[in-house]
Amino acid sequence: MTMQTGETAALTVSRLTKTFDVSAPWLNRVVERKPRQLLQAVDDVSFSVPAGGCLAIVGESGCGKSTVARLVTGLYRPSAGDLNFANGRDGKTLRAQMIFQDPYASLNPRWSVKNIIAEPLRELKLRTGAAEITERVEELLRIVGLSPSDGEKYPHEFSGGQRQRISIARALASEPEFLVCDEPTSALDVSVQAQVLNLMRELQDRLGLTYLFISHDMSVVHHMSDRVAVMYLGRIVEEGDTEEIFARPLHPYTQLLLQTIPNVRTPNRDREPANGEVPSPLNPPSGCTFHPRCPLATARCSSEAPKIRTSSSGARIACHMVDVEE
Amino acid sequence: MGEADKPVIDVRELRVEFPGRRGSVTALSDVSLSIKAGEILGVVGESGAGKSMTGLAIQGLLERPGHISGGEIWLAGRRIDQLNDQAMEQIRGREIGAIFQDPLTSLNPLFTVGAQLGETIRQHLPVSKREAKLRAIQLLRDVGIPSPEERVKQYPHQFSGGMRQRVVIALALAASPKLVIADEPTTALDVSIQAQVISLLRKLCKEKQTAVMLVTHDMGVIAEAADRVAVMYAGRLIELGPVEQVLHAPRHPYTQGLMASIPSLDGRVEKLSQIDGSMPRLDAIPIGCAFSPRCSHAGPRCLKERPELTFAGEGASACWLNAGGTA
Repeated sequence: MTMQTGETAALTVSRLTKTFDVSAPWLNRVVERKPRQLLQAVDDVSFSVPAGGCLAIVGESGCGKSTVARLVTGLYRPSAGDLNFANGRDGKTLRAQMIFQDPYASLNPRWSVKNIIAEPLRELKLRTGAAEITERVEELLRIVGLSPSDGEKYPHEFSGGQRQRISIARALASEPEFLVCDEPTSALDVSVQAQVLNLMRELQDRLGLTYLFISHDMSVVHHMSDRVAVMYLGRIVEEGDTEEIFARPLHPYTQLLLQTIPNVRTPNRDREPANGEVPSPLNPPSGCTFHPRCPLATARCSSEAPKIRTSSSGARIACHMVDVEE
Repeated sequence: MGEADKPVIDVRELRVEFPGRRGSVTALSDVSLSIKAGEILGVVGESGAGKSMTGLAIQGLLERPGHISGGEIWLAGRRIDQLNDQAMEQIRGREIGAIFQDPLTSLNPLFTVGAQLGETIRQHLPVSKREAKLRAIQLLRDVGIPSPEERVKQYPHQFSGGMRQRVVIALALAASPKLVIADEPTTALDVSIQAQVISLLRKLCKEKQTAVMLVTHDMGVIAEAADRVAVMYAGRLIELGPVEQVLHAPRHPYTQGLMASIPSLDGRVEKLSQIDGSMPRLDAIPIGCAFSPRCSHAGPRCLKERPELTFAGEGASACWLNAGGTA
C-alpha cells in the first residue's frame, strides 16, 4: 500500500471503521421520539505500520486516535474493516501490548510492583515457578532502568516517570514485538518526558520493537516516529514520511496544526490564530469534515468527501484542493 | 520610580508551611516576584514545584492547615497577606481575577452564563441589573464570543471547551481586576484552541493594562505569551528574567536542562538530552541546593550551602556557578 520497497508491514489496517451507539435509553427514545444516534469514531481508516518502525497518529481530542489504539489492541471490536498482524520472529502472529497515558490510573495501587509485572507472566503461563518469575521480573526492572529491589515497593512510592517505566516493564513482560503507546508522556513533566522517550527509543533498537504511537504533541511525534498519520474527526487526512510532513505539510489541517503549536525556540507572538474549533463528531459537517475551518474550501468541499490519494512520493492525502501527482 | 512603574503585585520573601504530624513541610520559601500593569509573568515548573501554590497564596486560598509563615504580599500598594477571610473575599474577583485549568468545573452548570457574569459584576460593582446584563454582553464580545446577546441566555454545557474558557476569562475580567492569576489556562484545551486563548489573554492584558500571572508547565505557552519568566523548583524561585533570556540563554542548570530536553521541530536527534532523576519531595529536600542531586555541575559547595537568587542585569538565578564563586 504505502510501503517502500524492502519494508514489511508489522500491521496492516484496511478500511477500519468503528461506530458507537450513543442513543438515549430505549424508553427515552420511545417517549421523546428521539432517533437512534450513532457516533462514527473511526471512519474508513487504512494504514500500515512498518516492522521495526514507528507510526504516529496525531490529532486533537475527539479525532479517534485513541479508538484506533484500542481497536489495534483488541479492546474494541471493529464495526467494519480488517486488522492484519504479520508473523513475528517465532513464526506466530505478532503479539501487541499497550502502554497507557496515565501511569497513576493504570497501575493497581494495592499490588506490589513485582506483582504487577508478574501478572502477565502468570496469566499467559510464560514462566512457571516462583524462582523463574522472580528472575524475569528483576530482568524487566533492569531493562527499564529500575533496580530489582524496587519490585517490593508499591506504585505510590514512585514518581510519574518511574511509574511509566513500570507500565513499560509490564507491557514488555509478554515479549511483545508490537507496542501501542497511547500518549505515554502527556501526563509527565518535561524533564521526565525526555527520560521516558529516550528509554522507548533505546528499547526499540534493543528489542526490535514496532511502535504505534498516539499523541497530540507534534514535537514528540517528530522525535519518535518514522511515519505520521494525521487524523481529523475519525478520518486520516494525511499520512506520510515524518520528515516530509513536517517540512512540507500538504493538507490544510496539517498546516494549521503545525502553525498553531506554541514553539519554544521560535515563538510567534503576533500570530492571527486560526478560528473555529473541532465540530462535534456526533454531527460532523457534510463533505470534507474540515471545510468549515479550511481557508481553501470551495463548494465542492462541502458536498463531496475527498478520497484519500497516494502521491508518487508515497504520501497519502485526502483533500480536493491539493494536487497529487499519482 | 514613577507611578506607572510601580508593581501591581509585589511578593516579598513569601514562605508557606504545612504543619503536619511529622513536623512542618515548607511548600514555598523565599519567593519574591513582582508584576507591573500590562505585564505577563510566566511561572513555570514541574508539578509540585510550588507554582500553583504561589498563586493560591496570593489569593488567600491556601488549603488549611497551610498558611503563610513569612514574607509579605503587596497588591497595588496595600499589604494583603494579613487580611482576614472577609476582606480577602472583597479582593478576590474585584481586584484579583482567577482563571483555572478546567473551564468545565469553574462554571456552575445550573446557571446561565449571563446570570454568572451578572452575579460577579453586581457583587463587586455598584450597577443595576440592566447595566450588569449589558456589561456581561460586552464582556462576552470582548473575549470574542460570537452573537453574545444570544449566548448570555445559554448554559455552560451549550459552549464548546474553547468557548467555555473564554467565558471563564470574561468572568475573571468582569470587575476589571488589577491582577489576573491564570493557572494552566490552556492545559485542558486542544492545540489549535490553545493558540486562540493565549493570544486573547495577551490582547486583553495589554488593552486593559492588567497584570497577569500565567502559571503553566508548558514552555511553548510561556514562549508565546509571557514578557518575563519565573522558574520554580522544589518550592523556590531559581531563575527569573525576560522571556528571551530565560528561554534562549538560561543561566540555571535546571532551566538549561529543561530547555534542552524539549524535542525540537527543526532538527532530529537520536537521543534527547535528559535530566536524570526527579524533583525531591517537599519533605525530603536536600540541604544545600535542591537541584544538586540532579545537577551535572554540582560541586562540594552546592551540597552544603543553599544559593540565593542573585541578580545580574535584568535576570536572576540561584546557582553558585553564577554567583561568582565556585561550586
